[in-house]
Parts: sequence; C-alpha cells; structure tokens
Amino acid sequence: MKTHVETTINGEPVECLIDPSTTLLGMLRNDLGMTGTKEGCGSGDCGACSVVMDGELVCSCLVLGVEASGADIETIEGVADRDKLHVIQEKFLEHAALQCGICTPGLIVSTKALLAENPNPTEEEARYYLAGNLCRCTGYDKIIKAVMDAASAVREA
Amino acid sequence: MVAVTYHAPTSLDEAVALLSSSELPAKVLAGGTDLIIQMQKLVTEQRLIVDLKKIDGMQSATLSDEGLTLGPSLCCAKLTRRDDIKDVFPGLVEAAYLIGSSQVQGRASVGGNLCNASPAADTIPALIANRAVCQIVGKAGERSVPVESFVVGVGKNCLEPDEILKAIVIPHPGKATSDAYLRFIPRTEMDIAVASAGASISLDSDGICTNARVAIGAVAPTALVVEEAARKLIGQPINEATLEAVSQAASDASTPISDRRGTAEFRRHVVGVLAKRAVMAAADRAKEK
Repeated sequence: MKTHVETTINGEPVECLIDPSTTLLGMLRNDLGMTGTKEGCGSGDCGACSVVMDGELVCSCLVLGVEASGADIETIEGVADRDKLHVIQEKFLEHAALQCGICTPGLIVSTKALLAENPNPTEEEARYYLAGNLCRCTGYDKIIKAVMDAASAVREA
Repeated sequence: MVAVTYHAPTSLDEAVALLSSSELPAKVLAGGTDLIIQMQKLVTEQRLIVDLKKIDGMQSATLSDEGLTLGPSLCCAKLTRRDDIKDVFPGLVEAAYLIGSSQVQGRASVGGNLCNASPAADTIPALIANRAVCQIVGKAGERSVPVESFVVGVGKNCLEPDEILKAIVIPHPGKATSDAYLRFIPRTEMDIAVASAGASISLDSDGICTNARVAIGAVAPTALVVEEAARKLIGQPINEATLEAVSQAASDASTPISDRRGTAEFRRHVVGVLAKRAVMAAADRAKEK
C-alpha cells in the first residue's frame, strides 16, 4: 500500500505517493524525478546521495522516504540560485575538482553543510568532515583545494 | 528490500501497543544506519517498522546535577555538538564522534548503536565505563538494566518483542572524575573497531585513584567490564605499575576471535594497550577537573 508523504524540498512544498519501503534517495530520483542526487553504494558508505534533512547532513539511501514527512530537505538542486551557481560550485569548476562527476553533488552538499557548521575549517577538519564522500577519480587533492578556496570565498562574502 | 509497513507513533504507549499487537515481525527504527541496510538484504519478507523519533524525549539530552538522560534516538551529530555534555562525558562524546562519517552521524544514535549490539559498537564501552543504565518500557511496565547486561550476545539485546529502550541514564560522575574512549582501527576514519577500551577514573587531591571502571569492546561477543582492572587501580596512584596491571587485566579478560581485521593474539595485546591509555587519558582529564 502506498503512503502519502508531504515534505518540503529546497523550500518548496512537495507531496507524493510512495511505497513505504522506498528510501528517500529512491523517492527523490524515481518518484520526484530529482536525479541530481546520485546513487553510489546504497549502503551509506560513499556519500554520493548526501542531502540535508532538518539541518543534518545524511545519506538519503539510509533514510526511508516516509521519514521525510514534515521534514525540511535540501538537495543539490537547491544549491544554485536559478542560473547563478553557488560559490562552492564555482570553486569546484575553477579547481577542476571533478572528473566523472558522480560524487560531485554529494561533495557540494556536504561542503555546504561543513561551511555552515564551521566557516573556517583547517584542511584536516575539512578532510575529516568529508571522509564520508568517496571519489574514485580525483585523488581528493583538487577537491580539498576547491573546498578550502570556497571556505575563504564564503567568509569574505 | 523488505515490504515495509511504517508507523511513527507519538507516544510510548502507542509504540508498545503497536509492537505487542503486530502480526508482522516488528523492528524499531531510530537512525536506520544499521536497520535499513539489514532490511535491504531481505527481499521477500515483510516488516512492521516503528519509528520512535516522533515520541517526546527520544531525541533529547538533558544534563543536570544528577547526570545525563539521553534520548536513545538523538543523532550523534547533535550529541557531539553539545559542549555541556562533552565537558562532563568527553569519552562518551568521543565514542559517538567515531561512528561512521558526518552523514552517518547525522542519523546514527547512541540508542541505536546499543540496541544493534555489535561487539565492536563504539559507544557501548564508553557507556559501561560511565555506569549507564537502560530504562526500558513494555507491556508489563518499566524496568532498568545496566548497559553491560543489556547486550546479551552478538547482535542480541535483552529487549522483549514489546519492549522499547526509552532512555539511557548516566549518573553524574561528580568531582575529579572523567572518562575516555579509545579504539584501534587500521585506517584513520570510517572504520570498525578492531579493539577498544573505555575508562572512567576518579582521583583524590593526592592523585590516588578512588574509583575506576574499565570496559573493553570488540574482543568478546559483548563489551565487557574489566573488574580486575578497577581492583588494581582503586587506592593506588596512576603509575607504570598500576597501568601495567590494567593492561594485563584487560588482555586477560578478552576472548577475541581472529578475522580479516585482526588476529586474536593481536587483539588481546592491543586491548591491553588501549585500556592502559584510556585510563591515562581519563586520569589526566580528572586531574584538570
């Protein structure tokens, strides 16, 4: 039996009917067509599906869609302001902090959460905070450079 | 994934009624970081999922002169941001901080870690070191069980099918007492303990240990209290001889297995080193209080 879910995604009220065994990741991608959030491992290890739920960074593959009822969800689709990229996105492009791009939405959402919690992270703090976002391409160096540069840009903004 | 029937009751009574009347095998949902993965492996089965996070108090943490009353579903990220709790129980907060990634900490809870009952659960030795007690509610009423008796085997806790862990209560450690938790992992982050140790140490003004509690994890089917370590410490200063005795007592108490993450011999040795270092760290903190 399908369950009715009313939630808020990137500030917009959203409702849908989902199977209660659907994860929040499945709901976003398959029921709502919001495919910016990526599926990597599906077991909470890789961070590709990172979203912010009620202010906490989570793996959407480890949340049931029905748990989003009444919650406030922020996804990669809400990071840019229409056509204007967020400074974190700009810095990822500037530093070429991506290759295949599957980890990128998760990394951007996580970096945004990191900077909301700690606007002045050390490189070590950034690396620990982002340890749950795996990247098979870059070797992380460019990602960390982009994150640290984005942090100073956000502080100056 | 199993076929899920989902309920999010808003009271404990309602939750107990759901669990006790369910015809389906019922599972309690806190952060889901273990449960959702376990359910993904089962394809044809059905489960009643009772999400406790809407119940008042399940996600709160109240610190008073009496101690800490911890809502079992409070996520580790929220717990580790609480500087007031970190001041009193730095070791417990360290243990919560070691669980998984930032994302996992945004969901995983101390109560979930405890109920999941993994031998390598990080918060369990820290809870035991701090004499934490589980408050349980079920159809027959309420009961309290110390954490070391709550976990009864690998992945097994003492809850009856209709029972819920309603709160974790940790007595205030008082003056000149502090705690620490350490684990060994081969990586620097996002790994599961190969061996671990938690300690709570009280010192008098001369640096003599007046109270001690040492617990070890990942070296037996359940986390263990090392009574012998406490006996070697109480009434003594924290010095090389007493620390060596703690180390020996922890190694002797362990009954580890060999697996791909470490041999039994290695675990037995390392748990002794960790117990000694956890006692040193807890004692150093106790001195500063």
